Amino acid sequence: MTEAAVSLSSVVKRFGDVVAVDDVDLEIEDGEFFSLLGPSGCGKTTTLRMIAGLEYPTEGSIRIYGEEMGLRPPNKRPVNTVFQSYALFPHMTVADNIAFGLQMQKVAPAEIVERVANAIDLVRLTGKGDRRPGQLSGGQQQRVALARALVNRPKVLLLDEPLGALDLKLRQAMQLELKDLQARVGITFVYVTHDQEEALTMSDRIGVMSDGRLLQIGRPDHIYEKPANRFVAEFIGETNFIEGTVAGPGVVTLPDGSTVRAGTHSAVGTPVTLTLRPEKILLEAAGTAPGDWNTMEGTVKRRMYYGDSLYYEIDFGYTVVDARQENRPRIQRFSVGDRVTVLFDPAAAEALTE
Amino acid sequence: MKRRLPDPVEAVEVTPDLERRAERAERWRGFRLAVPAYVYLIVLFAVPLVLVGVYSFASRSRTGQPLLHDWNLDSVKRLADSAFLQIAWRSILLALLTTIICLVVAYPFSYYIATRSERTRNVLLVFVMIPFWSNFLVRTYAWKVLLGADGIFTRIGEALGLWGQLLFTMPAVLIGLIYGFLPFMVLPLYASIERLDWSLVEAARDLYATGPKAFRRVTLPLSRPGIIAGSILVFIPSLGAYVTPDILGGAKTTLLGNYIVNQFLAARNWPLGSSISMAIMIVMLLATVLYFRSGGRTL
Amino acid sequence: MTTGRDRSMTTRRLDRILAGHSALVYLFFYLPLAVLVFFSFNDSRFANRWEGFTLDWYRAIPKDQALMNSVKNSLIIALESTAVATVLGTMAALSLERYKKWLGKRTFDALLYLPVIIPDVTMAVMLLIFFTQINQALGLTTIILSHIAFNISFVAIVVRARVSNLDPSLEEAASDLYASRWKSFRKVTLPLILPGVLGGALLALTLSLDDVVITSFVQGPGATPLAVEVFARIKRGVTPIINAVSTLMLVASILLILGSLLIQRRQGSATRGG
Repeated sequence: MTEAAVSLSSVVKRFGDVVAVDDVDLEIEDGEFFSLLGPSGCGKTTTLRMIAGLEYPTEGSIRIYGEEMGLRPPNKRPVNTVFQSYALFPHMTVADNIAFGLQMQKVAPAEIVERVANAIDLVRLTGKGDRRPGQLSGGQQQRVALARALVNRPKVLLLDEPLGALDLKLRQAMQLELKDLQARVGITFVYVTHDQEEALTMSDRIGVMSDGRLLQIGRPDHIYEKPANRFVAEFIGETNFIEGTVAGPGVVTLPDGSTVRAGTHSAVGTPVTLTLRPEKILLEAAGTAPGDWNTMEGTVKRRMYYGDSLYYEIDFGYTVVDARQENRPRIQRFSVGDRVTVLFDPAAAEALTE
Repeated sequence: MKRRLPDPVEAVEVTPDLERRAERAERWRGFRLAVPAYVYLIVLFAVPLVLVGVYSFASRSRTGQPLLHDWNLDSVKRLADSAFLQIAWRSILLALLTTIICLVVAYPFSYYIATRSERTRNVLLVFVMIPFWSNFLVRTYAWKVLLGADGIFTRIGEALGLWGQLLFTMPAVLIGLIYGFLPFMVLPLYASIERLDWSLVEAARDLYATGPKAFRRVTLPLSRPGIIAGSILVFIPSLGAYVTPDILGGAKTTLLGNYIVNQFLAARNWPLGSSISMAIMIVMLLATVLYFRSGGRTL
Repeated sequence: MTTGRDRSMTTRRLDRILAGHSALVYLFFYLPLAVLVFFSFNDSRFANRWEGFTLDWYRAIPKDQALMNSVKNSLIIALESTAVATVLGTMAALSLERYKKWLGKRTFDALLYLPVIIPDVTMAVMLLIFFTQINQALGLTTIILSHIAFNISFVAIVVRARVSNLDPSLEEAASDLYASRWKSFRKVTLPLILPGVLGGALLALTLSLDDVVITSFVQGPGATPLAVEVFARIKRGVTPIINAVSTLMLVASILLILGSLLIQRRQGSATRGG
């Protein structure tokens, strides 16, 4: 087994009375694109800064490729950071910015020139080496920040919401570019973001954080399809929550007494919350036979038109469920007041206890 | 959600007080950086300040030497003499008058500059900066030239039959103080008016406020920090002014600043001079504290 | 209710009143200075009657030994006190803005502000008593020491404003890119706060050259700087040679201002973006 690129054990960070990072254990594999995802203030940036050496943990230990970091200052760690604000030196040209780290490491001047030129090409800024950061667009500045970090060939690259300041189109383009770049250079990326879409599309694995705690670690599809708790289910994508009680292995009783099959291993009688994503639901006219799927009958309470899809609010009396139907030919449309059958795969409904 | 407190034993094994050590090192670095200035200011500011306090309670020999053993309250008591109180009262009145006139003159002026386009604004500001940074002595001297017996200002007054020679009178000192300290009022006022969010004024107009009402209810309160900062920057040096009254004033216009200087350079009554200095300083510190209390931040 | 047209008309009228007022204020600022400059070229012993153009008063300045000596003193005092105050003030500013609360930081912060708030006369009295008490003979040394004492604070305030506008992540980026603390200061912090440091130094220089009150108290024989010399002569009366000296001092002030404005402009362009 190869050694973990970054490993955090029992890391706690307190600022006065505030617990910013609460007992985090985490292993990030070599060559992995790992994202820390969570709302602002959840401790993800603090975690990243502790890996970079910009903060020291109150408790716990951080290792990078097996080496205990302890009180090692940032300039003696084999990692580089792409800062949220880019933190480009405004008084230096693009080339000088990129050369900075190499100069500090006393790399031979000839080699610096070559590596800087390569890095500029790598981020497609050829010919812009003499510009000042202030003369570049946001996306270009972002790429300079990336080149400035990558040119040092760090073992781990830390990225703190690097796309946060860009507009939507540019952000989407940069997502692809970043992912490609990571595949090409083969460096471990630790990526902090609050944008779930960004995390889902780019990462090999995601760690979801809230309130200083690491709630779930897993592949993007795993996190999305099998959330560990209500927070993860709700923070990533949209979902419906339906309260129920476990009636047997894989069977949950709903408040109206009906039962559905769902993913659960809890003991009989445990109160659970079913999470069911709107797009996992199929709507058909009332009276459709269940087959292998679960069925629930309800009334259309509201219909919303989204262009590529339609959202229906289905009223079951004890709860209201959102269902998303693609706006495609041959998909049946319903009106407010219609009785409908909601169908979903038992595998799509996860029973949560937290 | 339950918050598990980390097991202290386990934690200590991994990192014995890393963070605390890092923070202590950081504090030490910050302290070291401040030490030269800190020591300098203690020796050449704090210690002298305490000395002045001590001197306030000293007495003096017949030759004017301060005696540092015969402690008494004589000098402090002399602050209640009617002669001194008259000087103090005159100084305070003059400083207040200077401050008010500066405010009244500077507010519309700063408002005008702050509401110009950026280019015009910058040019207009440069022409405020020049008197602000110019040699104070020279600027005061210019008025001595104007206000003298055959000075232009005097001749204009005589031609109009309105005033004669003002040099060596209170009005001359007042003009000198206003001229000297007006830029100190303009700059903070300008800064606070320029920062103003004009959409708030528009919102007031939208909510049926007339122009003057919008000014009184929105613009004026929002520029309060500038008004307070400017007033303090004018009041404090006016109250302790020495150069202006010395050049433009006469025998009848002794102010606190001149009075103190006289105690040291002429009358050789150091204890009395010290106690007056302390009194002025305390008044000014109170004024400054009041300023910070009322929400101001920078000087 | 006022109609839109009424409103714009009153606004325009108000604008014109404000413009007139502002013109008068500028006149108030500059007329006295203009008169001073004008009479420095006056070919008359009496300051206030124009009798033709001359440069005689300017030619007389270099021959005035006492005046020239005071200029030399002023330069020594201003340069030395500015150099020391700039270094100490900058260090103090960095310590206060960039480091976590160390023991005594708040006291230091207050102590640093006091010399700015305190009236000149009080500071003069304090320093005179201090130097007398420690038996330090009054002269150039005491003047320089006193000027440093008030200038540290002014430099610190100017530099602090600059440091507080500096994005701390720039220094973090430097250390992330393998710069030691010293290298990070030399390569990133210092170049970026340099305009503030220079601005502070210019302010210190100006204050040192301008000071009359404190210097009068702590000066000794032969150490009189220009401002005190001129002050003494002004008290004796208005003379054309003082007009000429004053004009030159004014020119020097204006050059310093333009210098600081240039620095500020560069500072503006250096911080934009990034």
